[in-house]
Amino acid sequence: MMDPRILDRFRAIVGGDGLLTEPEQLRTYECDGLTNFRVLPSAVVLPTTTEQVQATVRVCHEAHIPFVARGSGTGLSGGALPIEHGIVISLARMVRILEVDIPNARVVVEPGVLNLSVTEAVAPAYFYAPDPSSQQVCSIGGNVAENSGGAHCLKYGFTTTHVLGLEVVLPDGSLVHLGGTTLDRPGYDLCGVFVGSEGTLGIATKVILRVVRRPALIQTLLAAFNSTNEAGAAVSGIIAAGVLPAAIEMMDNLAIQAAEAAVHANYPDCGGLLLVELDGPAAEVAALMTQVRAICTSCGAWELRVAQSEEERAAVWKGRKAAFAAMGRISPNYIVQDGVIPRTALPEVMSEIARLSGQAGLRVANVFHAGDGNLHPLVLYDARIEGQERRAERLAFSILELCVKAGGSITGEHGVGEEKKAFMSVMFAEPDLDTMQRVRCAFDPERLSNPTKVFPRPRLCAEKPGPYQPHPLETAGIAQLF
Amino acid sequence: MDDVATLLRDASRDGQAVIPQGGGTKLDWGQPPRRADLMLSTARLDRVLEHAWADMTATVEAGCTVARLQHSLAEHGQRLACDPLWPERATIGGILATNDNGTLRARFGGLRDLIIGVTLVLPDGTVAKSGGKVVKNVAGYDLPKLATGSFGTLAVITQAVFRLHPLPHETRTLTFAATRVEPLCELALAIQGSQLAFVSLQVRADGSAEPALDVGFEGERAGLDSQQDELLRLAAKLRRVDPPPAVWRTREELWQGTEPAVTGTFSVLPTELRAFCAQVHEVSTAPALGWRVVAQGVGVGHFRLEGATSDALVAPLQRLRAAAERRGGTLVVLVGPEDLKARLDVWGSPGDALPLFQRVKQQLDPQGTLSPGRFVGGL
Repeated sequence: MMDPRILDRFRAIVGGDGLLTEPEQLRTYECDGLTNFRVLPSAVVLPTTTEQVQATVRVCHEAHIPFVARGSGTGLSGGALPIEHGIVISLARMVRILEVDIPNARVVVEPGVLNLSVTEAVAPAYFYAPDPSSQQVCSIGGNVAENSGGAHCLKYGFTTTHVLGLEVVLPDGSLVHLGGTTLDRPGYDLCGVFVGSEGTLGIATKVILRVVRRPALIQTLLAAFNSTNEAGAAVSGIIAAGVLPAAIEMMDNLAIQAAEAAVHANYPDCGGLLLVELDGPAAEVAALMTQVRAICTSCGAWELRVAQSEEERAAVWKGRKAAFAAMGRISPNYIVQDGVIPRTALPEVMSEIARLSGQAGLRVANVFHAGDGNLHPLVLYDARIEGQERRAERLAFSILELCVKAGGSITGEHGVGEEKKAFMSVMFAEPDLDTMQRVRCAFDPERLSNPTKVFPRPRLCAEKPGPYQPHPLETAGIAQLF
Repeated sequence: MDDVATLLRDASRDGQAVIPQGGGTKLDWGQPPRRADLMLSTARLDRVLEHAWADMTATVEAGCTVARLQHSLAEHGQRLACDPLWPERATIGGILATNDNGTLRARFGGLRDLIIGVTLVLPDGTVAKSGGKVVKNVAGYDLPKLATGSFGTLAVITQAVFRLHPLPHETRTLTFAATRVEPLCELALAIQGSQLAFVSLQVRADGSAEPALDVGFEGERAGLDSQQDELLRLAAKLRRVDPPPAVWRTREELWQGTEPAVTGTFSVLPTELRAFCAQVHEVSTAPALGWRVVAQGVGVGHFRLEGATSDALVAPLQRLRAAAERRGGTLVVLVGPEDLKARLDVWGSPGDALPLFQRVKQQLDPQGTLSPGRFVGGL
């Protein structure tokens, strides 16, 4: 229970309807999209202005209360998981689109604005390129925290490519402006550091975005193969030919079945499905499409289908974007994993995943952004069966180890959050993590902003900066760091 | 790398100031450092460590020149899609530290968008990696971006990993001229608002010759032909001329001419480019100054002002900066007479983030070992 005097101070800032303290209200905020971690916050504050965010954070700073910023709560790594005895600051009421500047392709928004609303604000001539599958419900603030990707970042880049500037409330309540409407502002690129920092450096209250001119022609090709290996060979062939599609997505048979059951995308029933989207000037798209079709055919594609209308194209994408949720149709429970491998390691990693899946006696469906090697294996299990959940978690984690061993990453777009912080030590050495945490100390010396996420071991900011010194217990082999 | 760590650690311990140096092409950019006890040259860290061509990534040491990297990548038909100044001499570490982007940025983004991993050596000898070897990766903070544009004041970059792009099948440049720069800037805006897939877009203007606009395309012949037709329709009122030789390197000429002179960069909104060019012209009329601008359509560019004395340059520069800053832009003096740099804040206002910049510096380089005083706000 939080000190009532503190709650009064929050209430004075955001009003009675901007403060939630009843357990049944707080329950909505106990987890994000990663539902197997749950913590009830002491309170939820819903500010409507930057000043209210600042005032709220100042109270936290004075009273030493940790806080977690939250957008729509769709994150998949527990980044918005509350901290015990801490508060959640929800940005869901800061939803104004402040400026739309089409000639300069800039849009300024508050953090609670939904991803898709940005595209809607600049349609039809422009669009906002990062398009996570949750784009209809996820917020720009959350995208900034996670450096969200999406199918089209293969060509257009991630959230960080499209964020030009930020207004940030630092963990002591002060306000800074990082980046701006113009490029290359002199100074350290802290806007680039903030994007993807998963709420550990402060709270963004304003975001300056770049939007992209919609290309003259967009064409989407569905190619059916007998196996993901054949489909993977086609992906390598396309990239090697110097073609940069707007997106290349791959689904295996299990994923296709689930998508069909859920949204009837009318996919061919095959072992490996590729979805290749090309965009650009009409003549260029036509020439490249001929090339891509030839590559797919030479790699064994037995059906090639180009979406003929905007509706067909939408249906194709609907199936892909619904793929995670569709797993509910074929399995009572599932874990969404997110790992990255060098594209060339795909066949090897796929067969290893199949082997691990057989060993664990659990099915794994595969949906991925094949163009950039971002895998989303979905580990299917039944929580009602004793021990399956544990086995599923172990399998999901061994897939991550596989990614790191192949030279990849433990996360391509979902973030480290709560879920993968132990895995940071698999991917990074202690001096790497320590250097990142020194940057964190510059922003948040008292560790109030989402303090328990991302890093396996907190660094005390008062520690003398310097090369990592192992703890005597570690040297003695008594303790190990995770 | 171990040598770099040892050297830095010892220098920090002894309170010495270290200036990291690559090809030495941009050492005079920014404020002169307050102290310089040791120059740390990366010249012998010059290997291309890995070109994973099928994955379209490359790992390269900081001292490798841009041209040598490009030459090596070209063996597999690939490139780093960036065309910085003086590629024969400039090194990877140097272009990263100074964030020297070229004309290809319009299509491929800046260095911050191309770098996917970095190895840094901090002044206390810590060797730290961030990012990785895959193009998509959100594990941990994005320190490659922190290093990019930090002017050697936080850490020494020893290695970088980049995402690559294929070499184009064919390239084409169309150049247009006019008596005034305004219609060219208008056309630049119209092109950016069109569905043309240009890769570079550049406005050139100076006190003596006719201004011009260059538009660069890459691709297959059929695609290029149809784009050219469309561009010619957009530019119907302008005169098409032959592009000058090495058209996409003309900004290198802004480092040549009569002295005293200043060469700097500016960044404005694309719609403000026209007003900025007009302003350069205006500040150069009474007293008469020599001037030149080479600007990219995205709103960033280089300028050069030449005067009778360095004194004569101060007021025009201040007016120019005020004009740029009026709508959120910036102006930085890169190279100029020492007395001018002493009188004028070469970086301009760092805004309200300066205290945060200082804390980042304090965390990574608490002794002020690296290039002290060279960067924004005396960092």
